[in-house]
Amino acid sequence: MADTTLTSVAAVPHAVHDYRRHGTGRWFVLALLSFLLLLVLFPFFLALSNSVKSSVDYAMNGPLSLPTALDFSALVKFWNLADFSRKLLNSAIISLAVAVVGVTISLLNAYAIGIGKVRGSRVILVVLLLGIMVPQESIIYPLYYMAKATGLYDTQLAVIIIFAVIQSAFGTYLLSSVLSSFPREIIEAAEMDGANRWQILWQVVVPVLRPSLMVVGTFFFIWTWNEFLIPLVMLVSNNNQTVSVAMGLTRGQNMSDPTLQAAASLLGMAPTLIFFLIFQRTLTRGVVVGAVK
Amino acid sequence: MATPNTASTEDKRSYYLYLIPGVLGFCAIVLLPQIANLALSFTAWKGVGIPRFVGLQNYERMLSDGQFWGSMSHTLLFVISMTIIPVVFGLVLAALLFDYIRDQFGETVSSLFRAAFYLPQILPITAAGVLWGWIFNPVGVINIILKGVGLGALSQNWLGDATYALPAVSLVIVWIQVGYCLVVFMAGLSRIDPALYEAAELDGAGWWQRLVTITIPLLAPEIFVVVLTTLIAALKVFAPIFVLTAGGPDNATLVPSYLTYYHFFTTQRVGYGAAIAVVQTILTIGLAVIFLRFQSRQAGRE
Repeated sequence: MADTTLTSVAAVPHAVHDYRRHGTGRWFVLALLSFLLLLVLFPFFLALSNSVKSSVDYAMNGPLSLPTALDFSALVKFWNLADFSRKLLNSAIISLAVAVVGVTISLLNAYAIGIGKVRGSRVILVVLLLGIMVPQESIIYPLYYMAKATGLYDTQLAVIIIFAVIQSAFGTYLLSSVLSSFPREIIEAAEMDGANRWQILWQVVVPVLRPSLMVVGTFFFIWTWNEFLIPLVMLVSNNNQTVSVAMGLTRGQNMSDPTLQAAASLLGMAPTLIFFLIFQRTLTRGVVVGAVK
Repeated sequence: MATPNTASTEDKRSYYLYLIPGVLGFCAIVLLPQIANLALSFTAWKGVGIPRFVGLQNYERMLSDGQFWGSMSHTLLFVISMTIIPVVFGLVLAALLFDYIRDQFGETVSSLFRAAFYLPQILPITAAGVLWGWIFNPVGVINIILKGVGLGALSQNWLGDATYALPAVSLVIVWIQVGYCLVVFMAGLSRIDPALYEAAELDGAGWWQRLVTITIPLLAPEIFVVVLTTLIAALKVFAPIFVLTAGGPDNATLVPSYLTYYHFFTTQRVGYGAAIAVVQTILTIGLAVIFLRFQSRQAGRE
């Protein structure tokens, strides 16, 4: 026993010493990883440097050189061509509405499941999750048909309703597990004070749950922003389309003008990149749930 | 005695009211369309008029449809770029970042690496597709680099040539997927007791031995989760194909999701498209059930 303790105590300085001796090794690993990192980031660099380059500059020096002078004409041209402010606004409206409505539905479901512990909660959760994991192709045609029949086809409202419901299945799953460990005493105390169920939800549960609600809302926002198939099918007119759909339809259109294409991809990526920089910590927490969609 | 009891049962029941919006929405948006799609798969329908019941004809047709089997075999190939390569890369990168870079250069450097590798995962796939479409262009970046280093003979029409289109799309998918595996694995690694590594190091285990004998066995739950979720995702690949190749050239990159979309909205063979979607759904549910079983077992253990 004593022996083990001694060795492990001795091990720490030894290990440190050992690393120092392998000083070249550690720089090698760092260099290798940095090289991989540059490979991964290289496409971003290309998009950035070529979208602020003039066509003449590109024709003379190719895609790999840095721009000789900053030229925003490709960015401006694509912005106007794609009516990009409109697309940004559409994406923002749809994603924000889905986040708000989706979080509300999730909250109500999770209140019944996590705190109410209604019978059949487990079955409900499994059905919700399975329903969401199946490919969207298997519901797209009936949805398309329903939207046409109800006059919601080519409206943002259709997309908002569909995604609020779909995302809320995930939200229910996430929030139910948070709420199932909600301290009983707080709720019982509120009941003693004569609060009814509705009041308890909004005045007791929601304030405590606010951070989780924000996290879930952030996921909904970015997931909806990036969605492609359903908005592609539902939003045919230019004025209703999202950034993601506009990007999907750019294919092949601007092949002749490389700086324009670089500008298109840069503008398409920029909003999510900015969003990611702000919410990096939050977003990396939801990776697994996000991936099963 | 009886009165409060009845009250609380009734009380409990009123929680069901809170499920109404969610459950109604789910039935209308997911369940009903899913059932309608299943029903449509037994019909011939052009999208207008009344669908004509044809029994299993669509499924029979699928059996001899080269496009369908082609798309299925491409899905299997996409397992390589969606699952196998990202998992292997993700493991090695996570282990390097976690027990080497973080040790040697600190937490900040390792989280910077992690965030950067994760970046492609959060982009709209269509925007990334525009970027890669330009890179793979016959007069695009890859061919220009090849020419620049004197390998101009190797340049190809990457997305326009049936031989290279699938590998090219796969490269894009690897680029997108590695970050996902890396982030999940790094989260898993934070559970591992560093003393284990120190002990192994004392015993003279090198980095590779530590990876194989400690990291991989301890990360088994995360590996399982990542493998299943990426397999499910592999069955649904759509946006990269839509943007990069539209299933071409010569169907070389056709996938089931794209084939379904094509039959729904181009050939108007709605019943047949629905049948393909049903097959996709059944496969997905199979994988999803395994995944959910595993998740609840894990939750029970914690």
